[in-house]
Amino acid sequence: MDWSPLWISLATTLAATAITLIAGLAAAAWRERRTGPMMALVDGIFLLPLVLPPTVVGFLLLLLLGRNGPVGKLLLRFGTTVVFSWPATVIAAAVVAFPLMYLTARAALEQVDPHYLQAARTLGASEWRVFREVALPLAWPGVLAGTILSFARALGEFGATLLLAGNIPGKTETIPIAIYFAVEANDLKGAAIWCAVDIGLSLALLAGLYHWTHAQGQGPGRIRLSRR
Amino acid sequence: MPLEIQVEKKLADFALGVSFAATDEPLSILGPSGAGKTMLLRCVAGLEQPDRGRIALGGRVLYDSERGICLPARQRRVGMLFQNYALFPHRTVAENVAFGLRPLPAAESAARVSTFIERTHLTGLEQRYPRELSGGEQQRAALARALAIDPEALLLDEPLSALDTHLRSQMETQLLLTFAAYRRPAVLVTHNIEEAYRLCSHMLVLSRGRIVATGAKEEILRHPPTVEVARLTGCKNFSRAKAVSENTVEAIDWGCRLRLAPPISKAPAYVGIRAHTIEFVEPSAAEISSENIFPCWLMRSSETPFRITLYLRLHQPADGSEEFHLQAELFKEKWARFRERPYPLHVRLSPDALILMQE
Repeated sequence: MDWSPLWISLATTLAATAITLIAGLAAAAWRERRTGPMMALVDGIFLLPLVLPPTVVGFLLLLLLGRNGPVGKLLLRFGTTVVFSWPATVIAAAVVAFPLMYLTARAALEQVDPHYLQAARTLGASEWRVFREVALPLAWPGVLAGTILSFARALGEFGATLLLAGNIPGKTETIPIAIYFAVEANDLKGAAIWCAVDIGLSLALLAGLYHWTHAQGQGPGRIRLSRR
Repeated sequence: MPLEIQVEKKLADFALGVSFAATDEPLSILGPSGAGKTMLLRCVAGLEQPDRGRIALGGRVLYDSERGICLPARQRRVGMLFQNYALFPHRTVAENVAFGLRPLPAAESAARVSTFIERTHLTGLEQRYPRELSGGEQQRAALARALAIDPEALLLDEPLSALDTHLRSQMETQLLLTFAAYRRPAVLVTHNIEEAYRLCSHMLVLSRGRIVATGAKEEILRHPPTVEVARLTGCKNFSRAKAVSENTVEAIDWGCRLRLAPPISKAPAYVGIRAHTIEFVEPSAAEISSENIFPCWLMRSSETPFRITLYLRLHQPADGSEEFHLQAELFKEKWARFRERPYPLHVRLSPDALILMQE
């Protein structure tokens, strides 16, 4: 049996979650300090991948990143292309998971009592330090929840991935895509095995995260990114 | 190194407009809730931006609308003590105190942390998290954190309001010691006259964004210029007044004539007396009416552990709906000597105790 879909799914999901975490946090932090009518539009754009069917997201990404798309043309000049390559699976999964991270991170950051941030400022901290050492650790439980949601969403990503990355065994074939093509080829046993793998993988990862967050949550104030 | 503050800022239902300077003597800003006190502190700390004005600390300009200067909070070197302490809940006491010491080398930072932890009597609690501390300990940790950065001015926003009576007096002692050692501008915001009086030598009274009195605390307490200031500084009894002669006024609401202590510069519009300065006396027949002595009847009373507040009606007994004229406050032992006497009782409104006010 070819186990490559498992490794591709894992690598794709981890990479996409990492990108989503950083992009979602940055977008949430940037958005939090702004108000105005334009921000409703910004929110709309940020949340669009959550609302649109994944096939629409995949098609739009294809238009953007394809050989004739604005970003695709730029990449061609550097002699590279992303569509139908492994990075395409990461991009598709990251874009689709982004709104979940953005929403939860914003809610988590908004719940941090602004007095903590103000106290940090009067103590001479730069805005980056206020974010990194005060806002983020205090918002961490929420950010972690967003990360878990994003991870789950990226692991299950199918439609946008298929459109942007195709089904290239050993390269872009993730578990959901492997299941789809197994069923299409009437290989029900293969589909069932991949389903079982997917369920096992999801449960194991969620259980691991659960235990990790609880270990972190033990003892007062132990909500922090890392120990210095 | 004075802290000069001149601030104008439009707020929701009034405009903040003040101009004053804080010297190295601690200054209290007294005012009712919503008078703009906290907003004023936040403007000085750089957490809010005024619409117009100038804020300078020593030679440094922190804010100047005309020159377009507005230093961010992190560059102001102004220590702020927040009403709810705002200790970082994810950091220990020592880490909280060290937060503002990042630019220093580690050894120097650690030395400063232990100095200020010792000074605020938190030794042994360095590794505790804020939620493991009592309210008073949290407040002291916040004080240590603010002082550790060696701020050029210290701002305290209602520092005692969240503490119970016992902790409050402990913290007052701590603050008095801090101020004595600090010798730089310290501004304390409070709505509690006793707190303001005990902690600071100078007082500024703020009402709806305006300064209504400023000066030495004794002077403001003894001669509040307006009814509003008198009320804010705890005076309970007021009556409209009309001059009758050079040193006599008609107290319209109290229905009596009062002799005043000279010198009287200007005929007062109001006369008032603090509840604890009303004396109970046993006058001879001749003294009555000549010495600001009036018969009175007790309408009701309310007690605290050691004191009693008496609501009194002057001249005639109460007959149902009528309200009281004066409220007097005295220690219970003192009251015990008068409570069994037949009515009417007699009170003396000493000319020295009367407060004369314009508007």
